[in-house]
This record gives sequence, structure tokens and C-alpha cells, in this order.
Amino acid sequence: MLTSSRSLAAGAGLVITALALAGCAGAGGDQPAGGDVTLTLATVNNPQMKDMEELKGEFEKDNPGITVNFVQMEEGDLRAAVTADVASGAGQYDIVTVGAYEVPQWGAQGWLTDLTDVLADDAEYDVDDILPPVRAALSVDGRQYAVPFYGESSILMYNKELFDEAGLEMPNEPTWQEVAEFAAALKTDDRAGICLRGKPGWGDLFAPLTTVVQTFGGNWYDSDWNAQVDSPEFTEAVQFYVDLLAESGQADPVSFSFTECLNALSSGKAAMWYDASVAASILEDPSSSEVAGKMGYAHAPVYKTEESGWLWSWNLAVPQTTKNADAAIAFVKWATSKEYHQLVGETLGWTRVPPGARTSTYEIPEYKEAAAAFAPITLEVMNAVNPEQPGVDPQPWVGIQYVPIPEFQDVGNQVAQLVADAIAGRSTVEDALAAGQKIAQAAGEKQQ
Amino acid sequence: MRRLRNVIITTATWVLVLLFFFPIAWMIVTSFKSEVDAAAIPPRFDAAFTLEQYAAVFDRGMTPYLVNSLMASLGSTALVLVLAVPAAYALSIRPIRRVRDVLFFFISTRFLPVAASILPVFFILKSLGALDNITALGLLYAVMNLPIAVWMMRSFFSEVPLEIVEAGQIDGAGLRTELLRIVLPIVLPGVAAVALICFIFSWNEYFLATILTTFEARTTPPFLASFVDGRGQFLAVLSAASTLAVLPVITAGWIAQKQLVRGLAMGAVK
Repeated sequence: MLTSSRSLAAGAGLVITALALAGCAGAGGDQPAGGDVTLTLATVNNPQMKDMEELKGEFEKDNPGITVNFVQMEEGDLRAAVTADVASGAGQYDIVTVGAYEVPQWGAQGWLTDLTDVLADDAEYDVDDILPPVRAALSVDGRQYAVPFYGESSILMYNKELFDEAGLEMPNEPTWQEVAEFAAALKTDDRAGICLRGKPGWGDLFAPLTTVVQTFGGNWYDSDWNAQVDSPEFTEAVQFYVDLLAESGQADPVSFSFTECLNALSSGKAAMWYDASVAASILEDPSSSEVAGKMGYAHAPVYKTEESGWLWSWNLAVPQTTKNADAAIAFVKWATSKEYHQLVGETLGWTRVPPGARTSTYEIPEYKEAAAAFAPITLEVMNAVNPEQPGVDPQPWVGIQYVPIPEFQDVGNQVAQLVADAIAGRSTVEDALAAGQKIAQAAGEKQQ
Repeated sequence: MRRLRNVIITTATWVLVLLFFFPIAWMIVTSFKSEVDAAAIPPRFDAAFTLEQYAAVFDRGMTPYLVNSLMASLGSTALVLVLAVPAAYALSIRPIRRVRDVLFFFISTRFLPVAASILPVFFILKSLGALDNITALGLLYAVMNLPIAVWMMRSFFSEVPLEIVEAGQIDGAGLRTELLRIVLPIVLPGVAAVALICFIFSWNEYFLATILTTFEARTTPPFLASFVDGRGQFLAVLSAASTLAVLPVITAGWIAQKQLVRGLAMGAVK
């Protein structure tokens, strides 16, 4: 009987060993054969990225031996997976899509390949064509670590038909006070005067709200990294945002972010929306929007500053750990080139050209015609914003609606949760920001 | 009085069933809508029927992800059963010394949240060259599910009347006969339940799959999440992908259910 027990245990041990060995053996199986290179590209799943995957065959045709595999991920997953990979040096990804928030941090850490010289040496690539504020946000001490695939600012979108009916006129550069008056006038029982993000999250609620704070004269930190979350200006801005939502905003604001507001606007359930400029191209698409052709666009509303739009870009970067740097850089250059923009326009349609990356895109006649409703204002705002000093006072970082320090995701998420409680009426703005100040101060002290 | 109680229990059961099934029904209905109709508030019940979302899912190429998920789930479940059956036997029918300590050890391996162990696991797999490897992922799932399987299985084994085992021994049954031909048929419903739970846990596992796989070994859950689009509408296409993703689990549940019923009907456990 004892022998039988032993043989059972031994059998189980064998199974484990066999599986463990199989696990090790399998890893080497996907190495490229011969001189062929397989590039793995990690990206978010936005429409422009899907277009890139659709067109990658053109690159593979022109570069025999190179295959590009796309791994599309949800934004949060992408951050987690790529951070783990790049920080540990695992080198699973040859090209990564990195947000404007991470590029300066990862560049300074030495995780990303310095692209400055490779891009500058190629006259045909014309690196100076990249929008200057975007390029500034992707550089550390003059060295560029990523190339924008597409970029966006934030603008005010409004339903012109409703404005005409009410006899209102939207200025090209409105103030927040004017917007609040319009919103109150256009609010009805089944329509919001304005839709604004309220979903807690540094990239959700705090993207628009930080720009409001900055144009009200506040900011996350002063020039010595002292937190300013409970300052009078920060408080006034958040109170304004909370009041605006309560008086003229959509119902249940804390469940609204980009997609929810997009749905509200495109079905005529809201009169105005302050959000990412790329939304305009979706609102102007008759197949998904009931308000196509009825929309107007204005600069981000201001108070104490002249411009208040945010600046965001999804960028392509090459991790230091890749073993296929040359092929990876070749693909990055192809996907961000002028020729690529032509290719997208000619094969997929001109409204699908990645916006907010290159100045020359806005000079293509077909693009100007197809995107007439929103292209001029996008270019105007993106060139006007100043990521080095978006607010009233100078700041020790480059970036508008975020602070490029690793702690900011956590700080932003926690403070957003507190502010969302205030939006939902569970606490007051003062209490929320007093608690937020402590959270932000702890992170600021690490920078001092 | 008893009749009234039966009616109340039946009604309550149906309310619960509908409550649990509603999100799934909603997902299936949404998967046949266009994105605009899926996003409409209030919901539209007269929306046009379309299969375009399913076409979009297959355009993205869902099959490799389903295959990877199946490999990891079936492989890990098989391994768990092979290990948990003898373990449960040694913890109930022919108890080893210090059974309680062993059981505590098993369950203690589940005390640490997965998030706390992800970095060491990542680095170990990296040094073994086993990142993005479906066998490695399946092994991890097996290790994660094993303690629960042993605990569940032991409780089923404990219900086997020892007299039956002893009768077999008197008739000269060896360990193998005793385990495979006497005990196992009695606990088969339990084994089916354990297998189903292990399969579902592995099939749904999201966190490890996201961090430890990239392309070759990517499973279905991170693929589903990749339909979430930060700058657009995605509810309908995500519903279509999710509907496809739950089909294997429903099939597995259906198979296990038949097994459960048949096993119980054998009556030896009573």
C-alpha cells in the first residue's frame, strides 16, 4: 500500500516537472528565423491606432522581413503592462504607445531610446513639422524621446441650432462666466446646458478640471513644489465647476467621462461640452451622430489666462530594451510621417488622418475640406497653448492637465474621488480640498 | 400554508434568477445593436438588429485569444484535478498526520493578494524566459486554484462512507482500485463542481494575463478589455465580444451540470 502512495506522489511530481520544462522550452519558440524581424507594438485601442494596424501591411510590403504585431490594450492595462516591461528591462515590446504624461518621466529614466538625432538627420522626415508645443512636452533637456502619433487639445463644443433658437451667440474665445450663463439659459428638464466630466480619475475628471483651475489662477503646486490644492484660486475653480454641474450640468455627473458626454451630445441631450478636440470628428460623423453639421466649436473657456486648452498626445516610443531598435525606429518614422497621413487620407478617408501631430497635415487641401468644421480650431488652439506655463504663475514642470511625476496618478485619482464626492453632494468643496491638500503635499515634498 | 410557502419560494427564486441573468441578457441584446443605439439614453427597444459587431470582433481576430484561454483553462484544470484528488484522499479517507496543519498551509498560500506577488512572479518568469508563454500561465492558474480545489474536494471526500472503502479493502482492492473505482465514482459530482470552478476562475483571470502575456499567449479577458476605447463608442462591440467569450463557460457549465445530476442520482452518498 505504501508503494502505491509513493507511486501516486511520484506521478504527480513528474507531471509538474514535465509542465515546468514545457514552460521553459516554449519560450524560445517564437524567435524570428533567419534575418526576419518581428516587432511587437503595444497600443491603446483608439480609432487612429486601429487605422494604423489596418495600414501596417504597406510598411511590411516596403520593408520585407519585418512583421509588426499589434497588441491593443485598455489604457490602464497598457500603462501597467508597459511600465512593468520597460522598468524591468524584459524587452517584450519593440514599440510602445506612451502618453504625454509618461514620456518625460520615462525619457529622464533612460527607459526610452533618444530619437533626437535619428529624426533630425532625416531631412525628408522633417521633424520641425511636428507641432512645437507637442514636441516640447515630449522632450527632456532638449532631447526628444517619442514622436506624436496624434495630438489633441480641449475645446468647447456647442450645438449651434440650440444657440440660434435661443438667440444666443458663442464668442470664439468665451469666458467661463459666459459659458455658465449660456448653460443656464439652455438647460431644460431633458437636456443639460453643458456636459462636463465628473467621473473620478486623474485622466477623467481632472483633465478638464485642472485646466479650469489653471485659468482661475490656481495650480497643483507652486514653483517650489508646495501643494496649492486648498488655495483660494483652486477652491474657487472647483466650486465653480461643482456649481455649474449642479445648476446646468447633466444628471448623475460622477458617472460621466468622455464617452458618456459624447453620447449625450451626439443624441442632442446636451447643448455644450468642454472636452478633447478629437471629439469634433466623431460629432461630425453622420453615421454616429445626430448633430453632425449642427455643431460649433470655440476655444477652451478662460478666466484669468488667455488660453486654457489642454495638451495631450499619444506617442510612439522605442524602449531601450528592444533588440530590434533599427526596425522599430523605421516603423515609428513611417507611422508618423507625412506620407502616412497621405496614405490614411487616400485609403481610409481624410477625416481619419491623425490630427494634432504635424503642421503640414493642416495644409493638405483634401484634409482642409473634409475637416473644415474642426481642423482650423484644433490647429489654432494646439499652437496657442503653453505647456511650460499654462496657468497664471510659473510651474516647475512641463505639462498642462497633469503633473509629470510618478505620484501624480495616485494624487490625481485620490483628489478626484474627493471632488467627485463634493459633486455628488456627499461633502463640501472645502472639506474635499483640505483633504486633497495633504495628499498632494506628501507627493510634492518628494520633489523638493 | 405549505402551498403559500412554496409559491413564495418559487417567486423569490425566479426574482433572483432574473436579477442574476439580467446583465447577461442585456449584454446579448446590446451585442445586436449598432453603437449609436447601444449608447442611447433612455435605452431603445426598437433598435435595428445587426450582426456588424460580431463581424467587427472576428475582423480583429478573436480565435487565437480563445484558443489560448482554452489551453490555459483546460490544462490548468486537468493538472489541478490530477493533484487535488490524491491530496484530498490523503486528507480525508486515509488521513495523514496533522491534517489541519496541512489544510491551513494550503489555504495560507491564498492569503497574499495576487497584486502583491506580481513583481516576483514577473521577474522569475522573465529570468526563465517564460513571459508570454501559455504553459507558464496555465501552471500559474493551476497553482492558484489548487488550494481551493483541495479544500473543496476534501469536503466531498469526507462524505464518502468509510464502510464502503473498508468493504472494498476486504475484497482485496489496492489503493488504485480503491481510489479510482470506489471513491472517485462516489465523489464524481464534487469533482465536476471543482473542475467547473477551476475552469471558470482560469477562464476569467485578467490580472496575470494582462501583465504576463503580450502577443503569443494573450488570453481572452485582456482582449475583451482592449475594446474599451478612450475616444469613442464601444458598448455594442464589447458586448458582442463578451457574448462570444462566455459561450465556452456556459458550455462547460452545462456539461458539468449533467455530470452533477447523474452523480447525485447514484445515491451512494446518501
